[in-house]
Amino acid sequence: MKSVIAENLVKTYNKGSVRALDGLSLEVEEGTVLGVLGPNGAGKTTTVRILATLLNPDSGHASVGGIDVLKSPSEVRKIIGLSGQYAAVDETLTGWDNLVMFGRLYHLNANAAKARAEELLEQFSLSESGKRPIRTYSGGMRRRLDLAASLIVKPKVLFLDEPTTGLDPRGRQEMWGVIDELVKGGVTILLTTQYLEEADQLADEIAVIDHGKVIARGTSDQLKLQVGGERLEIIVENQHLNATNEIVARISGSATSIDEGMRQVSAPVTTGSKALIEAARALDEAGIHPLDIGLKRPSLDDVFLSLTGHVAEEKKEEEPTDPREKRRRIKEAKKGAKK
Amino acid sequence: MTAITDALVIMKRQLLQLVRVPEVLIFSTIQPVMFVLLFRYVFGGSISSGQPGGYVQLLMPGIFVQTVAFTLAGTAVGLAADMQKGLIDRFRSLPISRGAVVFGRTLGDAALNVVVLGVMGFAGFVVGWRPSSGFVHIVFGFLFLLVFGFAMSWIGVIIGLSVREERVAQNLVFISVFPLTFLSNAFAPTTGMPKALQYFAEWNPVSTMVAACRELFGLKNEFGATAGSFPSSHPLVMSLIYMVLIMAVFMPISIRKYIKAANK
Repeated sequence: MKSVIAENLVKTYNKGSVRALDGLSLEVEEGTVLGVLGPNGAGKTTTVRILATLLNPDSGHASVGGIDVLKSPSEVRKIIGLSGQYAAVDETLTGWDNLVMFGRLYHLNANAAKARAEELLEQFSLSESGKRPIRTYSGGMRRRLDLAASLIVKPKVLFLDEPTTGLDPRGRQEMWGVIDELVKGGVTILLTTQYLEEADQLADEIAVIDHGKVIARGTSDQLKLQVGGERLEIIVENQHLNATNEIVARISGSATSIDEGMRQVSAPVTTGSKALIEAARALDEAGIHPLDIGLKRPSLDDVFLSLTGHVAEEKKEEEPTDPREKRRRIKEAKKGAKK
Repeated sequence: MTAITDALVIMKRQLLQLVRVPEVLIFSTIQPVMFVLLFRYVFGGSISSGQPGGYVQLLMPGIFVQTVAFTLAGTAVGLAADMQKGLIDRFRSLPISRGAVVFGRTLGDAALNVVVLGVMGFAGFVVGWRPSSGFVHIVFGFLFLLVFGFAMSWIGVIIGLSVREERVAQNLVFISVFPLTFLSNAFAPTTGMPKALQYFAEWNPVSTMVAACRELFGLKNEFGATAGSFPSSHPLVMSLIYMVLIMAVFMPISIRKYIKAANK
């Protein structure tokens, strides 16, 4: 059964001049995790906001848990949880205060709300900090509390909008652990991310979106296959580049590429580790000691590049819309150049 | 029924904030108390009141009204901050009644006013304010002020949900409400103003509120009546009309605005 269905969602801003969603369709199978992967401005958040009843699309249909999002938004709200960059908690209150408040807003009675708050703080390792105001929390703790707030009534479908954006590596690891636990508990999750690694790690299936459309979908492995198989990559000293190239060409049987800057020779191979062993042996016989040798499966970065023709930059700096801000940055850049 | 309990939960959140961050309460009472002292001792000597008990008798209702009029600042800034931080999005994703968040907010701001008015009243008493109308009228006077603050709060909802940043809300409120409270009979007689401003001051809801409060606290109104117009001769009725009007117009718009708030 499909827990989440989006069909041909279109959303435009500024009287149609900006198309945030341009006929986006996706589905999430019950009990699975769909990773929606795309760069900034691809339409990830807009998609989540529509599915979470916060935003109406210009056209298209969507349903969550079999309920029409546009026709019965209040029914949908009873079965979803939302957490991420745009759903927040009250920072002046303590973690405990927040969870009790949200529990009451989910219409638990006072005692049940308190009990649930205790339980969630425990589950997310926040028991000790529960009595402290959230503004004293670390980024990771704050996100965990935010996630806890979206789990008060054990939602059927959970929307996580960039759950780890801005976290340090440790915070990210912790968050992944928490999400993993949820997945084991059987909740259906739609997760957006601009981290290719994150989608690879958490999602059963990945939908790659760009310019408001799904441009590819499948499991991480399927997407990697779509880009091509493994490549043999060897790094050698400069003087051995040509000799190495001949060896690689012989083993691969297809076109090689040489990157002189990287001192790297690479070529697609179909025989996997056999090709690797052959290459190592041939190099050894020729008296060449490679600096590095290996088989590389395409990363999701490669997937993105081959699908969109541009790299999914993780920290793409947005063009400031305020002209004063633009001028300030230009000035700063000039100053930097002088130094 | 759940609509009411939802609103109360939101209101409770705001009161809890005061407990967790007591500075907010302290600063929201210090400013009006400071105004009481400044006006009482700086202008008190130079404005002739013609009232027994001196200028402070006329001043206190003026400052009370100014303070509750500024309730909309708290509402606007609070909601703008909630919007900016994404809290409104979370509330909107919950199965709660649509008006709960804004109703809770306005009720919370009204509750804060109870405390602020109490502290100001006490400060006024210390510097010589003596309402002479008897207990019932005084209570009515304060209730009147609370309802006015509640009504103004709904204008704040629209401002808070319309701006992109809380600082914008703050400035917007400041430049709109400050002139409104001074172009009135709150601090000085309107008779010294240019003719056109006198008419404006006459019909200004702040003036009618101040005049009504002065009556409720047992004073004769000598500041208003420049033209013997309806608002100056019936300030209480006129104020009630204003309050009902403000709420009738701004409540539905505010709730609509909230429902659509993030739909952009």
